Order: sequence, then structure tokens, then C-alpha cells
Amino acid sequence: MLDAYRWMVVARVTDERCLSLQRQGRIGFYAPLAGQEAAQVGTALAMHAEDWFFPAYRELAVALVRGIPLRSIFDQLVGNSQDVSKGRQMPNHFGFRDKNIVVPSSPIGTQITQAVGAAMAAQRRRDPIATIAFFGDGATSSNDFHAGLNFAGVFGTPTIFLCQNNQWAISLPREKQTRSATLAEKSNAYGFPGVVLDGNDLNAVYRAVGEARARAVRGEGPTLIEAQVYRFGPHSTSDDPHRYRSDAEVAAARERDPIQRLARELAEAGVLEASADKAIWETARAEVARAFEAAEGTPTVDPLSLFDDVFETRTPQLEAQRSGFAAGAGSGGGAP
Amino acid sequence: MTEMTLVQAVNRGLEEAMRQDPDVLLLGEDIGVNGGVFRATEGLFKQFGADRVIDTPLSETGIVGTAIGMALYGLKPVAEIQFLDFIYPAFDQIVSELAKFRYRSGGQYPCPVTIRAPYGGGIKGGLYHSQSTEAYFCHTAGLKVAIPSTPADAKGLLLTAIHDPDPVIFLEPKRIYRSVTGEVPDGDHRVPFGRARLVREGDDVSVFAYGAMVAPATEAADALAAEGISTEIVDLRTLVPLDEEAVVASVEKTGRAVVVHEAARTCGFGAELSAILAEKAFFSLKAPIARVTGYDTPFPYALENAYLPNPEKIVHAVRATVKAA
Repeated sequence: MLDAYRWMVVARVTDERCLSLQRQGRIGFYAPLAGQEAAQVGTALAMHAEDWFFPAYRELAVALVRGIPLRSIFDQLVGNSQDVSKGRQMPNHFGFRDKNIVVPSSPIGTQITQAVGAAMAAQRRRDPIATIAFFGDGATSSNDFHAGLNFAGVFGTPTIFLCQNNQWAISLPREKQTRSATLAEKSNAYGFPGVVLDGNDLNAVYRAVGEARARAVRGEGPTLIEAQVYRFGPHSTSDDPHRYRSDAEVAAARERDPIQRLARELAEAGVLEASADKAIWETARAEVARAFEAAEGTPTVDPLSLFDDVFETRTPQLEAQRSGFAAGAGSGGGAP
Repeated sequence: MTEMTLVQAVNRGLEEAMRQDPDVLLLGEDIGVNGGVFRATEGLFKQFGADRVIDTPLSETGIVGTAIGMALYGLKPVAEIQFLDFIYPAFDQIVSELAKFRYRSGGQYPCPVTIRAPYGGGIKGGLYHSQSTEAYFCHTAGLKVAIPSTPADAKGLLLTAIHDPDPVIFLEPKRIYRSVTGEVPDGDHRVPFGRARLVREGDDVSVFAYGAMVAPATEAADALAAEGISTEIVDLRTLVPLDEEAVVASVEKTGRAVVVHEAARTCGFGAELSAILAEKAFFSLKAPIARVTGYDTPFPYALENAYLPNPEKIVHAVRATVKAA
């Protein structure tokens, strides 16, 4: 429990630091997760190392719990030469093959069908694992949500659909996203269970995901979980939530802050004294500062890597463009 | 060697790949019990079972999205899209996901999915069973695009596609699925990507074609030979990667180029070929490059034959090109 709390604090501190770094122009973009820490940490703790994760672009706490060093996350946020994805994507779009965290994209919901496909592959190989797709309330309107849940139902795949309903899809509130009373009830149409829970309650998340995972590996099929949370910050550093929601609403949601809630529970259980709590926050701040500084001080990516990984082997066309680029010419190279 | 039709060669290619590698599996609509609407997967369900020949719900984004997940996990899925015209619900998965997985992950996640789709006109299919939209996929970095014109190439290019470490859009000229037969090597027959096929040698003009357009180009060449015009025909086989060397070398020899495709003219693959020739073979050209293509209209039903390139249109273009210089 104390470990979970530490992860949540590190995530919150990273969030605060990144928003500030973006304003200073030191990282290009950031999508905060504040308010969603319990949902993410509880989920990640309930999954197993061999399970496959298909995140969206807000799952920083999930990556931390999976064992991704802060430094690796900052390498991606900065887009430097140590980024395992070679600086190819905007901040937050990180993935790590060695931890079965698939690299996400920006289009909404596309990872949902992919998670189902990976689960079908695991079924075929008789691997006793589950796959999990992360998405928000907005994604429940996407094509791939419908297709993915439908395929999962038909093929009975070992998949967990973890919807972090943070109430806002950029500016669109949850009630305008769908007329369904809950998002979880959509699973009924696909023939498998849906669960609604308070995503600020770490234990509730951990239990529900653990049960869904057990069902999945027992061959009993998929589960849709709606973790109800609240996005404290903007959708990303590119929008101003004051345009579409009231301060009073945010203040009310902050009363249910998952980190404060867990701190209270831990204090009541006698496992977190005020001094220990203070030390956790201070350690997190120091770790985050150190990781960012190291990442910022790392050289940028090699310009010629532009042409790598389009295919396993460069085509003659890419080879020619690469040579032209190296010689300082445009895509057509020199004159004939 | 066995004599067979093009669609049978596709079937033999799939069967061979599935026998070679247990990670190869097929998914698509009506491909299992029914054997595919064109019978390309006939018999494979019975031979390999329901978990390797998967009948899916009717959702192209579901087919391609799950195929991607399977490939990430380590399988080699071959997805069938019933008609190329129906691929657009999966366009996001193809363009945003499949094409970019290797790149966006810095090489961590290759995504070797093969997507098969019958394409093109000539079957009285109207707007939505006839289109030839290969250019969309050629324009997307990270995809390879293969289009066979013979039974032997259908099997050979398909086996190469399935074993390729990267995603391949494999377009099958359904118009000649059954009208063309040819000798096909048995067993593991593979045709490498990026090597054009010299269909016939000639001295006066180079005609570039692929898929279902190789046959009318050949017919045109026969007619032109009677007029004393010697036509070289190059079948591109793969548009990505393109055998630029063969294309340029042919025009350096003949000095004239005619590009044939049934796709619409504007931004069709012929535009790319013409640009390459203008850049790399300009000083060899004796006449302007000509394109014989579909028109910039939607694909018509009743006027299908008016829309499609045919031997007469190709002959006309070649004559004009030869007359120009």
C-alpha cells in the first residue's frame, strides 16, 4: 500500500513538474494525469509482468508501476537520443517493449482492437495472460471501441477494457458523450460484464482489475471496467479548461483527490506518519528533478535516424533520400 | 509447376505459407466455411481449422486492428478485406497504426501484417466493387504495395508479402482471377519485392503497367507490332518498393514512356512514375510521357468499359507518343 502511495506521489510530482517545464518551453507538450493516479496504480499493480498493456497517452503512472525508470520517461518527453522510441513521437506517447507496454498513437480508441488482437494471439499460443486497453470516456464513442468490444465478446478474449472516465473529453462533458447511464453498461450489448467503480479508491480498482484478470486467464472472457475519476488539469498543455468548466466543479472533484484519500487511509491505519509523508514527497521531487536534468542534458537524436525504422531495411528510394539529406540536399537529391 | 488460375495461385500461396509457419493465420469476412466470396481461401478452413482461418464480424477496423495486435504479439496474420472498396473503415488502423508502428516505436514493434484485397474494375461492380485506389497506400510511408498480374506472381509475391518483416498491402486484380491461367511453381515460390518483370522487350516505346492492366497493354503491343512499332512492357509488380532502375533503364533505351493504370488520373501512381522519369530520364525522352488511366470520375456502372483503359486507348497513346518524335 505504501508502495502504491509512493508511485502515486511520484506521478503527481512528475505531472506538476511537466506542466511547468512545458510552460518554460523545455518540453513541447504534456497531457497530465492528476486525479487518475489511483485508477492507474491500482490497475497496474493488479496485472502481471507477462500481461500486455495497450495504453493511451495519459498512462504515466502505469509505466512507473511497470518498472519504467523516470529517466526513460523523461528521455521520451524530451525526445533525446536515449529515448527508446528515438524521439519519434510527441511527449506522453511512450511504450517499452521489454515491459510489454505497446507504444500508443494519438488517434482515439485505435489501441482497443489491437489489445483484442494480441489477446487472440495469446489464446492461439495458449499463453495464460491478459491484455489490457486503456482509454477514456471519449473513446467509448470511437469506431474501435465498438469493434474491439464486439470482437472480444465474439471470441471470448482475455482482455480488460479499462475506461478511465475522467468526465471530460477535451471540452465535451461525459453526459454529452453518450445517453447511456454508465459507460460500463455498454458491455451488456457485447455479452460480457461491465463494472463501475470509484476510481479514486485504490483498493476498489485493484480488486476489480484483479478479478477481471483472473476471469480472463481462466478463459471466461473480457471485462469492461469504468473507473470514475476526474481530470484535475487540462486535457493537455494545449487547452484551457476554464473555457468549458467551472472552478467550483474542479474544486469539488479535488475534495476526492485519490492521493489525499489514500494518505488519510494510510495515516488512519498507522502506516504513514506526517514526517514519512513529507519525506515521500521530497524524495519524489528530488528524483523527478534529477531524471529531468539528466534527460535534458542528453544529446538530441541523430538526424540521419530520420530514415530508420520506416521498414526493417531501407528501400532504394529511402536510401537515396537519406544520401541526399546527408549531402545537404532536399528529398530529390542533387540535379541529374 | 502446375497450371492454375490467379485466384487458385493466391489460394496455393496462402496454403504454402500456413504449412511453412504455424504463426501464419487468416482473418476476414466469409473466409472460413464459405471459402471467401471469390473462393481465395477455399479449403483452408477445413485444412487448418477455425483458429487459423478466422471468420470475423463485419468490421474492417476490427479485422485490421486485431490483425495488428496479433502481429505485435508475434503472429503473421493475413487479413482479407472483401473488396478494396470496403477498406476505408480500416483506413485509420492502416495509415495511423499499421504503417507507423515500427517507426513510432523506434523499431521496438515491427508489425508484419499482410492485407489482401481484390481491387479494380471489369466485373460490373459499379462504384463500390471496382475501384483501384493503390495510390492512397503508396503515399503512406511504412507500407509496401504489391500487385500481381500473373498466377505465378500472385503466389510468389504473396509468399514474399507474408514473410516480409513489414506490412504489405496485397492487391489482387479480381477481373483476371479466373480469366488468366498460367504455370505456377510448386512449393516455396517467392518473387522478390522491388524487381519489375520485363513482359516483352521492345525498342520504340516503354509501356508501364501492373495488375489487370498488363493484359490490355500486351494486346496493344501485338496490334502495334503489326504497324511496325516495337513496344516494351514492364510490369511493376510492386509499387513500393519501386524498381526505379528498371523503369529508368527502359526509357533510356526506348526514349518514350506510356503509363497505364485503371486508377483515376489525378495523383494516380502514373503521376509518380512520370515525375521520376522527368527527373531521371529527361534527356533520354524523345516525346512527352503519356498516361492512359481511369478518369477523374467515380467508377461508373453502365459505362464501365468507357472508363477503363483498353488496348485501343493504349494503342492510341503509343501512336501519339511515337508520332511526336
